[in-house]
Amino acid sequence: MGSMKEFLWLIVALPFAGSLILVIAGKKLPRLACAFVGVGSVSLSAIVTLLVCISFLRGNPGGTPYVESIWQWMNVDGLSPDIAFHLDAVSLAFIFVVTFVGALIHLYSAQFMWKDEGFARFFIYMNLFVGFMLTLVLADNMLLLYLGWEGVGLCSFLLIGFWYGDPANGYAARKAFIVTRVGDFAMTIGLFVLFINFHTLNIQAILTAAPTTWAVGSGIALTTALLLLGGALGKSAQLPLQTWLPDAMAGPSPVSALIHSATMVTAGVYLIARTHVLFELAPVAQTTVAIIGAITLLVAGLAALNQHDIKRVLAYSTISQIGYMFLALGVGAWSAAIFHFMIHAFFKALLFLGAGVVIWSLDEEHNMFKMGGLWKKLPVTFWTFLIGAASLSALPLITAGFYSKDKILWLSYASDKGSVWLWLAGLAGAFLTALYAFRMVLLTFFGDVKKEPSQRPGLMMTIPLIVLSILSIIGGFIELPGDMGHFTMFSDFIEKTLPATLVNISGHYTELLFQLISGLVAVAGIGTAYVFYYNKAFPAAEPQRNAVQNFFYKGWDFDLLYDTLIVRPVVFLAQMDKNDVIDRFYNGLASLALWFNKLLSATQNGMVRRYAIVLAIGAIITLTIILYL
Amino acid sequence: MNIQLEQGMLLAAVLFLTGLTGLLVRRNIIFMLMSVEVMLNAAGLAFIVAGSAWGKADGQVMFIFILTMAAAEVAVGLALIIQMFAKFKSADTNRANTMNG
Repeated sequence: MGSMKEFLWLIVALPFAGSLILVIAGKKLPRLACAFVGVGSVSLSAIVTLLVCISFLRGNPGGTPYVESIWQWMNVDGLSPDIAFHLDAVSLAFIFVVTFVGALIHLYSAQFMWKDEGFARFFIYMNLFVGFMLTLVLADNMLLLYLGWEGVGLCSFLLIGFWYGDPANGYAARKAFIVTRVGDFAMTIGLFVLFINFHTLNIQAILTAAPTTWAVGSGIALTTALLLLGGALGKSAQLPLQTWLPDAMAGPSPVSALIHSATMVTAGVYLIARTHVLFELAPVAQTTVAIIGAITLLVAGLAALNQHDIKRVLAYSTISQIGYMFLALGVGAWSAAIFHFMIHAFFKALLFLGAGVVIWSLDEEHNMFKMGGLWKKLPVTFWTFLIGAASLSALPLITAGFYSKDKILWLSYASDKGSVWLWLAGLAGAFLTALYAFRMVLLTFFGDVKKEPSQRPGLMMTIPLIVLSILSIIGGFIELPGDMGHFTMFSDFIEKTLPATLVNISGHYTELLFQLISGLVAVAGIGTAYVFYYNKAFPAAEPQRNAVQNFFYKGWDFDLLYDTLIVRPVVFLAQMDKNDVIDRFYNGLASLALWFNKLLSATQNGMVRRYAIVLAIGAIITLTIILYL
Repeated sequence: MNIQLEQGMLLAAVLFLTGLTGLLVRRNIIFMLMSVEVMLNAAGLAFIVAGSAWGKADGQVMFIFILTMAAAEVAVGLALIIQMFAKFKSADTNRANTMNG
């Protein structure tokens, strides 16, 4: 066991191996074998993660990072990144969530996707995704991180467009890819800036060198931090690059659970936490992170409140919850952000899987207004979904979501970078969250039965739901606030890697007051939802919306804005530019080749004697040249 | 008896042109094949004459090669003629022009 952590590479290699096996043999293997490989590889990876974790923590109270170098990737003119994995508290928290939540979602998918034609293809993409995600969070240099970053983007594209028969799904996949690419472009430039300044892309080396090279608040630090933030905004679907995530719901529900809520979209949070030194050197950039988080959580919360598609509610909710994480990062509450990432991964994966069961058993019905009364029909799904929604709404004391979100709300005010405005935005968001979460629960599971479920989930689908709902409750007890036992296991662990939050305000009474307010707000949100949506007879159709509601429903019309400002001008220019000089040159080349082709094929007339004459004439000409020239 | 180099070469050239003319003017594939044989033998004669003029064995060696090659060529050629006749019911090469571009 002592050397178990040397098997760190296996955690990454296993999902890739599973994907490779299915690429080679997926078409010939029966479904059961495909499921076995697909689920087994990620589950094995989770077990190895557990063993590596035990080995890493044993006799290592200081949390000294463990670096495992596999081989040197390249060595070109000073750029010599390794394929190397860096294990510390932050990456450990991330690989834990990725492998364990990933394994549960894979198990669920085995039944969810059983009747689908692309069963093997689904597991190829899913395993590939897990492999790239682990590469991203374990990478010890920016280039390997970037490889994982683009790899998860690719898998996201492939899985959003998984049902490619419908052109709308392909459109959603391309949109996700292109919009995140805008952010990735900024991030790429950020990497160039880092390399030019530090002559290395090793993350730890950069973090060590940066404070001695760059002054706090210097322009170069600000530029770099903002460029990296651009990448994080695209990947984590934050304002102004959030438009792709609601459309990404075109993919199967397990994909939404794994990629578009639990893991990939939190890569931006990981990136900012990982490069926290750069953001601390640029206070303006860090404040920007907090403000973007605060605005995003309100924008997405209001949008979630006006959706009728259950998955789009959850998509906007994800954007909003990642807004909370950004808010936490922006006020320097690093461990609170990672804590909320972990708890969010539990309850949001649970909610997506629960929504998946509902959609699956109602034959692809997404509209919540056409559902109802399901709590008797799908009891396990109902109870687990209720726990997930309670955790999302941060129901005080019993749910994990309360402990993680309350910590962010408290620190958004109490930290040295906090302010009352950030806290108020977070509080308003908390009210919205409770309201839309219970609006969703009440519309879906209560009221009249509008459609009978055609199939019931089996154990493979309910076990992940139950496990995740237990985690959504007990996950919060590893970190209790200062006035409630002050149990800080998780933040102690994370603060081995990330700096502790500086708190200005002391005194448990203030903290208690803030908790009371946020608890009351959550309960008020649930109560409001109860008043407006409990057992109300809504027509089973798309709801009527007034102009304001329609504006929120369309995600604040960001799509329209980008369409008018960017997409249409680009398309117009492209059409204008279709027949320019350069195109004419290449078109001319093509028609010249065509003309020669016609000429030469005319000589190929099938008459053997003509060929013989041409041969004879050719021989005479050649002889004449040889003899007389 | 000593044959002059020029006389032998002249005979070879006449034979070669006879064969070439036959190849170009006849449409029947069997006659074309025979014309090719005449051309081959003209080339062989040229080798022999040149070899004997310089008193070397190389010319005869080359002739053996040409003989062997001609035998192989005839075997393949006749097989192709049979195939062609089965397909087009004719020995006319102008009919076998389906492989045009």
